[in-house]
This record gives sequence, C-alpha cells and structure tokens, in this order.
Amino acid sequence: MLYREAGQFKTTYAEDMAIFPIRQDRIALAILLGIAFIGVPLLADFDIWPFGSDYLLRAILLPFLILALAAIGVNILVGYCGQISLGSGAFMAIGAYSAYKLGTGVHIPLAWFDFAISIPPLPVLLAILLGGLTAAVAGILFGVPSLRIKGLYLAVATLAAQFFFDWVFLRVAWFTNYAPSGSVNAPTLDFFGLHVGTPIERYLLCLIFVTVFAVLAKNLVRGNLGRQWMAIRDMDIAAELIGIRPLYAKLTAFAVSSFIIGVAGALWAFVYLGSWEPLAFSIDRSLQLLFMVIIGGLGSIMGAFVGAAFILILPILLNRIPSELGVPLSTETITHLEFIIFGSLICYLLIKEPHGFARLISLGKEKLRLWPFPY
Amino acid sequence: MVRNKLMLAAAVLSGVVLATPAAAQNEQFIPILSYRTGAYAVNGVPFANGMADYYNLVNERDGGINGVKLLVEECETGYATDKGVECYERLKGKGPTGAAFVNPLSTGITFALTEKTATDKIPIITMGYGRADSKNGAVFAYNFPLLGTYWSAADIAIQHIAKEVGGFDKLKGKKISLLFHDSPYGKEPIPMLQVLAKKHGFEFTPIPVTHPGVEQKSQWLAIRQNRPDYVLVWGWGVMNGTAVKEAAAVAYPREKMIGVWWSGAEPDVTPAGDQAAGYKALMLQHGAGKFPVHADIEKHVYAKGKGLSEPGKVGEVLYNRGMVNAMLGVEAIRKAQEKFGKKPLTGEQVRWGLENLNLSEARLKELGFEGMLKPVKISCSDHEGARDGRVQQWDGKGWKIISDWYTANQSGTEPLVDEVSAKYAAEKNIKSRDCSKES
Repeated sequence: MLYREAGQFKTTYAEDMAIFPIRQDRIALAILLGIAFIGVPLLADFDIWPFGSDYLLRAILLPFLILALAAIGVNILVGYCGQISLGSGAFMAIGAYSAYKLGTGVHIPLAWFDFAISIPPLPVLLAILLGGLTAAVAGILFGVPSLRIKGLYLAVATLAAQFFFDWVFLRVAWFTNYAPSGSVNAPTLDFFGLHVGTPIERYLLCLIFVTVFAVLAKNLVRGNLGRQWMAIRDMDIAAELIGIRPLYAKLTAFAVSSFIIGVAGALWAFVYLGSWEPLAFSIDRSLQLLFMVIIGGLGSIMGAFVGAAFILILPILLNRIPSELGVPLSTETITHLEFIIFGSLICYLLIKEPHGFARLISLGKEKLRLWPFPY
Repeated sequence: MVRNKLMLAAAVLSGVVLATPAAAQNEQFIPILSYRTGAYAVNGVPFANGMADYYNLVNERDGGINGVKLLVEECETGYATDKGVECYERLKGKGPTGAAFVNPLSTGITFALTEKTATDKIPIITMGYGRADSKNGAVFAYNFPLLGTYWSAADIAIQHIAKEVGGFDKLKGKKISLLFHDSPYGKEPIPMLQVLAKKHGFEFTPIPVTHPGVEQKSQWLAIRQNRPDYVLVWGWGVMNGTAVKEAAAVAYPREKMIGVWWSGAEPDVTPAGDQAAGYKALMLQHGAGKFPVHADIEKHVYAKGKGLSEPGKVGEVLYNRGMVNAMLGVEAIRKAQEKFGKKPLTGEQVRWGLENLNLSEARLKELGFEGMLKPVKISCSDHEGARDGRVQQWDGKGWKIISDWYTANQSGTEPLVDEVSAKYAAEKNIKSRDCSKES
C-alpha cells in the first residue's frame, strides 16, 4: 500500500536510469541521511540520551561507519567481482601506515645517488586519500595472481599479502618513524583549518567519507565497470567471449576495492584509534570484514552496512544485556554466552538465508509492494 | 516471519539497552578492565580477582573510603585493544562522578587510551607496565606507571645478571637474548636494553614471538644455535609456559632464563612441571605469600562467601599484584579526599591524589602490606614512584627469593625517558607542565 510504484511514470531515460528509481526509496534514503547528518548531531547537542554520551558515538557509531566503508570495499572485490580476498586487513594497514607516513613527512635518503626524497608533512585529508591510493597500487600488485588462479587458491594468495604486510609494519621501523614500542600516534586532525576533535566532529567526518564513497560505489557497480565485474564473477569464460578483458576488469576491481579499504584503514587509525599497532589490522580484521560481507549479502552496498552492524554491534549488545538487566553473571560467563549466542545466530541466519541480509531486505521489499493483496 | 521475529528481537534488545539503572549518590565508581577469557586468561583471572577482592574488602571492612562506598564493575577486554577501548568508553561515565581511574592491564590498551584519558581527565594507572616514557608526569599528566616501568625492569635484570657473572665489567662479550611478545608490551624494553648493551659491551639479540605465543619452535632453535649466556623473557599468558617448556626441549638451562615480573607467576611455571625448576623472574617488589592484609581478606571477604578466587589461590603472585594495584588506587582516592572533601571525586581530583600519593613504611604497615612493598612517593616529575625489584626462583613447588633489593639506575633510564617523552609532546602539541609549580 505504502510501498507501491503504481502511478510513478518515467518519462525520460534519465529518470529510468536514476540511482533510486522508486520514489519511496528516495524518501526513505533522504530521511535516513537527514537523521544521520542533522538528527544525530542535534540529539547529541541537546544531550538527549543515549546520544549525549560519548559512548554511542565513539564506541558504536564511529567503528560502525568505518568498518561499513571497509566492507563496501571488500564487497566490490568479493561480492561484485567474485575474487575472494583474505588480505583486507593488510590493505587497511597499508592505507593507515602510508597515510601516517605522508601525514608526518617522508624522508628517504638515497646515499648511493647522493640525493634524498623528502616530502613535507601533508594535510590530513590529502594523506588519507593518498593512503588509499597507495593501498590501490598494492592491491593491483597483489591482484595480478588473480589472472591465473581462482577461488580458494586466490584466497591463499591474498593471505600471503596479509602476512607479508603484517610482517613489514612490525619489522621495518621506518614505517613507524622508529617508535620504540612499534605503536604510532596519528597526527592531529585538521581539515582546512578546522580541528576535528570531539566525538561528534569525528562522527560527521566519517559520515561524509562513508556517504561519498557509498554513492560512488553504488554508481560504479551499476555502470559499465560494475557490469564487467559481475560478468567476470558469474562466468569468467563467457565474459571473455563477449569481449570483457579479464585483466582490466579484475585489476580495476582490486584497485577500487583496495582504495576504499585503504581509506577506511586510514580513518580507522586516525579517527577511531588515534594510536595503533599492526595488531589492529591482523588476519582477524580481514576475516571480520569478510564475514560482514557474507552475512550482509554478497554484491550489495546496503548489505555492507547491515553486515557491519550485525558483526560489530550485536556482540556488544549481547555482552551488555545481562549487566543492564541486573543479572549477576561473571564477565567470563557473559563473554562465553556472547560467543555461543552470536555463533548460533550466524549459523541460523546462513541456513535460513544463505544470501545474507541483503536478500532478506529485497524479499521484504517484494512483499511490501504487494501488501496487503498478495497473489 | 523471520524478519518480523528479528525486528521484535531488535526492539527488545534496544529496550534493554535504553534502561539505565539509577546511580546511588555516595559512591565512587571504579572500572575493572579484566580478561577472564582467551589466551591471556591464565594470568588475567588471578589479577582481576585480587583487585575485585581488595575493593570488596574496603567496602566490607571500612564501609568504603571515609564512608564513600566503592562501586565496581568489570568489563571483559580479552586483552584485545579494540574491546578495551569499548570497555573504557562504556564505563568511563558511570557512577555519580564517572570513573575514578582506569587500570587497563595491557600495554596495547594503554597506548590506545593515553590520548583519550587525557581528554576525558581520567587517570590511567599502569602498575609495572604501560609506556615507560610516561614516567615523566610533566608530559603525561594522566599516566601513572606506578612501581616500575619496563625500562626499570630491564635495568634491574641486567644488574642481576652482572651480579651473577661477577660484576659489570664481566658483562663484556656476554650474549643476552630477549624473547619478547611481539607487541608494544614486548618491544618496550628494547631501547633500554640497547643502551645498556652499548654501555656494558654485551651482545644483545631481540627475538620476537608472535601473539599469542604458543608457537616458539623456531625461536628456541635460534637460541640453541646462538647459545646466549642469558635469555630474558618478556611474555604474557600462554607464551610464558610455552617458553619454559621449549627451553627444556632444547636443554637450555632454566637458571639462565630471567622473566620480567609479568613472566614470573604460578601459571607460568606449573604447566611445565619439574622442567620449570630453576627458572628465575623479576619481582615487582612483592612476591607470592600471605601478609597481614590477607588475613583481613579471608575474614571480611572469604568468610562471607564474597571472594572471587579459589581460596587456595589467594596469595599467589598475580593475585597479590592485583591487590597492590587496587590498594594504590584506593589510597590515591583517600589522599584526594583530604583535599577535595569526603565525597565521590572526579577523575581529575583523583589524579591530584595519585600525583601526591606518599605511602610511608608506617602507612603500609597499617594497611597490612608490610613486607610486600617499599615506601612509594609519587610526584609530578616522577609518576613511577618507586623502582625497586628483587629476583625470585621457582624450585618446582614455590617461588624463592634469591636476591637482595635492586634499584633501577635512574641515570641510565632518565635520558631515554626525557628523549622519548619530549618526542611525544612535540608530536601531540602538549605543553609540558612546570613541575616546580605543581602542588
């Protein structure tokens, strides 16, 4: 009844190809963006619980937004192009560490040539974007094997990237500016003279990044390039026969995906952690991102957000329920319960709906269109 | 249908989270960031029990601190940095005045929280761990690496080795390896050991062990080939027990191994059985055993059935360390109450109490900690307060103290503290305080 497109006529090609062709979708998205951009800061400003406390912003929304961005990146590679990657954590690390190096100044003395490469500390925004670019270059390099190997074997090859970069950032002291403990501190967050410090400012900064990249990604996957990726995913030989170049399609998927993951990594380090060590981008992070994409739904931008929420927020909620209800359980029992319930939920969900939340959402949409008169 | 049920579940969940309990008025909130699960639980559990039992003792025996009850809540970090940050954010604002201080019991979490706690004005107590450069309170106003940093520990370990080999001049040409947990925790002592290696002329080799440390075959193979004169162990959790077992497997003498004070508790040696006999470790002042305060704990906490530990484990090394850590925090609150009044205090006020904490021998005796600790005096320029340690040896059944007291040589650590903390201040645009004007 509410969700019905009858009477919405499209009279131009542009309208027909619009990113959200159904009016209700556009309204829903506008409301969502309105809440995210205006509602949350207002609620926080008026100190309305729970938005007034730092907890929701700093411990829930900030990591959610950044990991959702990373999940979009992973989804482009795994969900749209069908190339399984276990190296997402490494690409986040590359984004974070190259942004750190560029943000604090690079100095490479080349003694043989009697010459040194010096780059002064760059502005943070530029450092974050260039961090993403460095990750994209690394992504292309580690994407080359994908031209020859497929499926699980490719997953193992990307695993090599994960371990290689873990090792590099642990061992090569140059990347950490020779910090004695191997833990580095992000430079101060100044954007065009504005200092980003409070939780709400950090939240808005990440929200802008996430919105821009989500819209870009959404447009990319429904365009020429996205269709090439999907063709490769669905059947690479057939795609090649109809004139899609696997080299170009696969490497662009690696590049775009790594770029977004790299930017997310830089944000994770600069905006969320502030001070970090390579363990923040370990294999666990790669698996976490992959699970987000699988649970959320392969090949769906929306799914990346839902998956990130499920994997990140649900355990925290489960962990908090007993203490908020006043049930006297030890933290040990609560943590074990959290693992049991969360694990069984994943199993249940994947049995009931192997295509993840995105599929559930689209099924719901179909039903809503017919409601209340299904045929 | 599934969707509806999920939505219903989500609604119930959010309703649960929205219901915040009302806070009582005359209570001081103290968060405990602990880990009772995961690879580090063997060490995390006794420490958390010691802390919680001591806070409980203060409530049960004294009715709180000058009538202000302690409200304690634990949060499980699993020794993971991101979970630790979440726990900190969850607990920092609880109670009428927010968290009095936070003890992360993880060097990684300490690094992640250092900037946040300074902004939130909540002191971060890192007793015997954390960033060594935070000894300099002029830069790190809210960090308190009480009783000893890793640089002090490294210095004490080398002092003991020098004594065993017959003097500092005999260290020349000796080979000393550091088997360390590959994280900020394990890496902290390296710069100090490098300085000492240069000064005394021994050959220093750091050997990293990847988290969590159950796989050490290649490291011990390297040790067997290199035959160092001493191996320092900077491990935590399962890594310690594994190191002792692997040493036995390659027949490296356990007497030549010296663990840091986090690698010298019962769970570190008991898994290796008889093979662990002879293993040595530093002591963060206290060791295992029972002191007058334990009698109070047994009377006021365990007799009432409120103790968290198995009674047999009361008095173990890490249990005692948890108690010491809790006691220092409680005494800091008491000190701060002298200035700000006998009411719940904010983190900023407790910070003053910590910075002016002065526990004399007489006061320690009153508290029942006589024999466990030497006097502690914190000041603006010295957030460490004391830097003494001894060495203990596992004889197969218990820890025996085998050395006199050592005091870390400040002339060795101080230049490094100044250098590294100045670098941090410059990076973070922190204006260091003038300690001569602080009171």
